[in-house]
Formats: sequence, C-alpha cells, structure tokens
Amino acid sequence: MAEKVLIVDDEKDFLEIIAERLGVRGMDVSTATSAEDALHMVEKKSYDVVIMDFMMPALDGFKALKLLKQKQPEIQIILLTGNVPQQKRLEAKKLGALDVIEKPPDLKALIQKIKKAKKDHPSVRRKKRQKKK
Amino acid sequence: MNGQLEIIAQSGLQFFGKIAASISHEIKNVLAIINENAGLLEDLTLMAERGMAIDPQRLKALSRTLMKQIKRADAIVKNMNRFAHSADASLQTIDLNDVIELLAALSNRIAVMRGITLNPQLNENPVTLKTSPFLLMNLLWLCLDFAMGAAGDDKVVELVTQKADANIQIRFKRIDCLAKAALQLFPTEREKRLLELLKAELEVSSENREILVKLAEEV
Repeated sequence: MAEKVLIVDDEKDFLEIIAERLGVRGMDVSTATSAEDALHMVEKKSYDVVIMDFMMPALDGFKALKLLKQKQPEIQIILLTGNVPQQKRLEAKKLGALDVIEKPPDLKALIQKIKKAKKDHPSVRRKKRQKKK
Repeated sequence: MNGQLEIIAQSGLQFFGKIAASISHEIKNVLAIINENAGLLEDLTLMAERGMAIDPQRLKALSRTLMKQIKRADAIVKNMNRFAHSADASLQTIDLNDVIELLAALSNRIAVMRGITLNPQLNENPVTLKTSPFLLMNLLWLCLDFAMGAAGDDKVVELVTQKADANIQIRFKRIDCLAKAALQLFPTEREKRLLELLKAELEVSSENREILVKLAEEV
C-alpha cells in the first residue's frame, strides 16, 4: 500500500514539486503550507509520516512538533530545515521527531526514511505482533 | 571602558550571527527549490526517454521557477554583501534611507517568522549622515527587535526616516503594546553604549506607540 505522507512547508514552490516527485514514486502525498493547517489535517486523516519544515511563520518547529505529538502520539515526524544547530536537533529528537534532515534533501534518502518510518510505525509493529500470536 | 567595549563587541557579534544565520537559512530554502526543480526535470527527461510526451508548458513553468529563485538568491547575496561591507570603515557618509531599506530586507525573514510585517517609509530625499554604518545598524536592529516584540494585534512595525532641523530621526511606529512591554528593560546597557558611541538619543513613548532615535549628522 502507498505510503501516506503529509508535507508541510511555507515555500510553495518547494512544496508543490517535492509532492509531485514523491507522488510519481507511488506515494499518497498531501500538502499544507502552515503548521496550523497540518494540525487540522492530522485530525481528519491518518498519515504514515509527516515531513515538516522546522522554521515556518507563526508556529515554530518545536511548538508544532509538540502539538502534533499531542494530537497523534504515534505520528512519525521528519523535520526539514535549512540549518539547525546540533543542540536543537537533539531537542527535536527528544520531543519525538524521527529525524532532522537538512535542505535541500536527497530524495532517495528521504524516500528510504519514509519507507522505514512506515515499516517501523507503532501500529504496523502491533499488527505484526498480533499476526505472530 | 573594557567592559563597555566588551558589551559593544558582543552585541555586534550577536547581531552579525543572527543576520548571517537568517541569510544562510534563506539561501538553503532557495537551493531546496532549485534542487527539486532540477530533480523534476530529470524525472521528466527519464519519462521522455521512455516515450512519454512532455508538455512544453510544464518545462516553461519549471524554467520560470528556476529563474525566479535565482533572482531571489541574487537579491539575498547582494544584501549580504552590503551588510558585510558595512563593517569596512568605522566612519562613512551614508544615506539613512539605504540603511533602513537594507535593515528591513535583512530582517524580513525574522519578522515573517514572528508574524510581523515591516513597513519602511523612507524620506523622499536622501538623509545623509557620517557615522559608523555597522554600529548604527546594530542599534537600529536592537530597536526593531524590541519593537517587533511589542507590536500590536495588527503585527505591523513602521520604520520612518526623517530629517528635522538639528538632527536626523528614525521612528519605529505602531508599537501598540509598548505600555504592556516592560519599558524598564529598554534601552539596555547595549543600546546605551551604542547610543553613546553614535552620539545618538533614544526616546520611548508609549503614548505615541513609538521608539524615536535621534542621530547626529556627524559622529
């Protein structure tokens, strides 16, 4: 089944093209231009992975990450960023980010991370455990 | 005196670092867009090699996006270059309008992140003065940073340049929450030291919802 991915970035020119490129590669991609929109979207649909720009207007990366995790504790979030100091990367991971990737992202590496995130999603692991039983 | 110099040096480095970090982030965003567009061109080429037709309009749109982003990067780098050269000489004759225009451009991304719109209103005539451009930009940045933190619900900060009889003025206006903001926290020692060096004065008025900086024509 196609990976359900939500990409969140206020740079529309980036958002549209990366969504198209992941779509061509068989993924079910949704987009949002703000963290607020993303928060509404995760309430309505479940996603395997959310890929979110760390620095967007209004809600900063940490706040957005915390709110997304509050709404969907099992949500897998990969943060995209221009530059983030090591300390902030660690803080993001402590708050539950799966990974922090620098812009511009390497598409092949990003796809691998998305696929791994889906494979390692707690719900998928639960299903596997139940099957074994 | 050493303590004062330390304050100025630290403030200058923090200012330079803040702006440099913002610029590098913006350039990375541009590179990410160019990277995805180049990647999509590669995807389309592979599809064409497999016999799929490519809509020329699609290629035109990609080309337009690439050109737009190159122009954006060029403007960012030009501003970065002007900013770097502001530290070349301790004293230069400058037009305050140019300084405010540059400061607004350099601070725009930081302002957008805070949900603030900067609205520079430049004097129609040049407002020239002989001063230290870097120290002046540092002082004005500190004022702008404080002003953005105290902006009202409309989230707009106006930057107005004026030439009055005896001095040159820059006003940071529409700071609606000045009364709420802790006025005793501004100006701090950093701003006071910079004001001394620049022979400038600063007035904070919660009534007028503004910060007024008066600059000498020559330091």
